[in-house]
Amino acid sequence: MSAQTGKIRLWLGDEAVAQAAIDAGISGVYAYPGTPSTEITEYIQKSAEARALGVRSAWSCNEKTAMEEALGMSFAGKRAMACMKHVGLNVAADPFMNAAITGAHGGLVVVVADDPSMHSSQNEQDSRYYGVFAQVPFFEPADQQEAYDQTREAFDFSERWGVPVMLRLTTRLAHSRANVKRRVEQPRAQNPIRFHDDPRRFVLLPAIARRNYNELLKKLPEFQAAAEASPYNTVEEGSDRSLGIVACGLAVNYLREAYGDEACPHPVLKISQYPAPRKALARMLERCESVLVLEDGYPLVEDLMKGVNARPGAVRGRLDGTLPRAGELDPDIVAQALGHAAPHTHEVPADVVPRPPSLCAGCPHANTYDFLRDAMADHPGGRVFSDIGCYTLGALPPYEAINSCVDMGASVTMAKGAAEAGVHPSVAVIGDSTFMHSGLTGLLDIVEDKTPMTLIIADNLTTGMTGGQPVAAAGRLEDIVKGLGVAPEHVHVLVPLPGNHKANTEILRKELDYRGPSVIISRRQCVVAARAGKSGIG
Amino acid sequence: MTHQDILIAGVGGQGILSIAGIIGTAAIERGLHVKQCEVHGMAQRGGAVVSHLRLSEKPIASDLIGRGRADLLLAMEPMEGLRHLPWLKHDGGVLVANRVPVRNLKTYPATEALIAHIDRLQKRRLLDAEALARKAGTVRAVNSVLLGAASAFLMIPAEVIRDAVAQFFDYKGATIVEQNLMAFDLGRAAAEENSKAS
Ligand SMILES: Cc1ncc(C[n+]2csc(CCOP(=O)(O)OP(=O)(O)O)c2C)c(N)n1
Ligand code: SF4
Repeated sequence: MSAQTGKIRLWLGDEAVAQAAIDAGISGVYAYPGTPSTEITEYIQKSAEARALGVRSAWSCNEKTAMEEALGMSFAGKRAMACMKHVGLNVAADPFMNAAITGAHGGLVVVVADDPSMHSSQNEQDSRYYGVFAQVPFFEPADQQEAYDQTREAFDFSERWGVPVMLRLTTRLAHSRANVKRRVEQPRAQNPIRFHDDPRRFVLLPAIARRNYNELLKKLPEFQAAAEASPYNTVEEGSDRSLGIVACGLAVNYLREAYGDEACPHPVLKISQYPAPRKALARMLERCESVLVLEDGYPLVEDLMKGVNARPGAVRGRLDGTLPRAGELDPDIVAQALGHAAPHTHEVPADVVPRPPSLCAGCPHANTYDFLRDAMADHPGGRVFSDIGCYTLGALPPYEAINSCVDMGASVTMAKGAAEAGVHPSVAVIGDSTFMHSGLTGLLDIVEDKTPMTLIIADNLTTGMTGGQPVAAAGRLEDIVKGLGVAPEHVHVLVPLPGNHKANTEILRKELDYRGPSVIISRRQCVVAARAGKSGIG
Repeated sequence: MTHQDILIAGVGGQGILSIAGIIGTAAIERGLHVKQCEVHGMAQRGGAVVSHLRLSEKPIASDLIGRGRADLLLAMEPMEGLRHLPWLKHDGGVLVANRVPVRNLKTYPATEALIAHIDRLQKRRLLDAEALARKAGTVRAVNSVLLGAASAFLMIPAEVIRDAVAQFFDYKGATIVEQNLMAFDLGRAAAEENSKAS
């Protein structure tokens, strides 16, 4: 029994990041919820220590506002963290890319949690490409302890080099607990307000932006050197050089698992700090007959090693079929790629059927879909565009009520485009949190164009899908919608309950026939939030 | 035993995370290394969920258990147990399962057929965790019943797990603690009975 008790804690990867950020002396965390990143911010919100230190941690409206708020705090010389899921970085891509040009002043760390295998997401994009794209340094921790250590290191690195630093997590690390050692007893003191010496540093007018960009380019060799020398990028020797293995982040654990108590006979290069250590990668290629690249996400390092003229078979991984092209790695996939025999296993009996997620009993969205379906029954040419949240489950039986789910806010704008193509009725169904995240500007387009369509806001007064976070402007949606210019007589607040079904269907029917913008707010609290006693307002 | 791999399978909302949390906390207190992979997000809305729990005297590499490697499969209901059978060690793995199904889908197969599959396994404990939980005072204690039933197979002594149950529910007050301890004891006794029968 080697682990010490006392200072050891059983933390999710997300929680290790959160505690490390507190220990690194952040003054604020900025985030919009998104699986698997949500628990980082929730940990800080619940932390008595963070509260005592005045670390601000309330949710932002979306990832773009979060990223910009964090950048503003960094501008003031204080340390700030922005957290999001991978697709959130698409929303925040504009400030992220430009923050690389302004640079950071107070330490600025952007935590992005990827979801390979799409456990709770629309795609499995690999955020490391954003790191490469913005030309900023980034970390990819291999375990919860590294998540803690590298978060602290990322803040120091950011401040030392005046650059935003990214930390890339994946679902398995974010949502897995392990023993983690907190390295300090007390959080580092927060930075005082301290402005950059150059008052125009953050003014990205072309002349200044060009100068800043050149400064960033001058730092790239330093970032590269830091990665080559990083204690997180390690080489383990192995005598069997018929194969070398490059393992990025978490993948190194599956490799170790495959060899159990024995050491891996092949040389292993583990990568957790980027830009990718090119010298170390080149050495692997020189010393080994072939190299197997294990990485979660897209084949970023594999592609880099392959270049344009690698000898066939020299680099193996997702691109040559040694590993599946899509989906997360796991111990079985890695063991198989190493040629290890699979153990004898039980089979799943044929009568076992899939059990997809479903709306909770009593969910208000079920009643909303009931009246939507009845009102749409007379309109075989109509279509329903929807969005992301619990209500997306309306795509599955028994509802089968929606025809799209693409990205936050797309219901509103896709319904508009389809209406303009002549689809009628064209209906959008969006949740309250998703509407505040990305629906407002689309509705303004609709008002300006007087588009004949109906927007249904499935307002359950909470962010249900991600665990019930409060929604901005809860209970005030009708004022906002009218304020944007939707005619008050075409704005209805309905209560989705079986007893109101007939009346609700009638109101929606009338609005489907109206050839202009209309909005139905279908409002009843999420039953899970109600049970948990969450007001959903805050 | 120097390490143990446990898979806990069920349906979102069944309290899998409390079981994993109780065992995990007890393990940490005994100085063991722990890795515990959880499911958050979409699947929690009534979908199939699973938690990988690994305990060891030495550092643990992977957060996930490989197929055919789990020493113990704890199933909160029969079909979820069967869904995760490929992870159970073919020889020597134990399935501890609640026989009461969660029928939140129309296509749910006949319970007898599922039970027949489970009965073909060599090492198994099958119990009506719902009835036992009710006997302990609350159907919500189904997970404590199953934890009790599994306790004989854990690398941590059953008494230590029992203490961890009390600790875990402490913040909910004395009645809830009592109910869960009774549920734990009933589960433990049922598994022992069960072993004589099979
Ligand atoms: C850009 C982006 N950010 C975050 C998410 C994660 N996410 C999916 S649905 C959702 C919230 C949905 O809340 P709401 O619209 O109120 O619907 P509900 O789940 O409550 O029905 C979030 C945060 C995402 N998919 N994309
Ligand atoms: S969590 Fe709330 S919104 Fe989501 S399905 Fe359940 S009741 Fe509906």
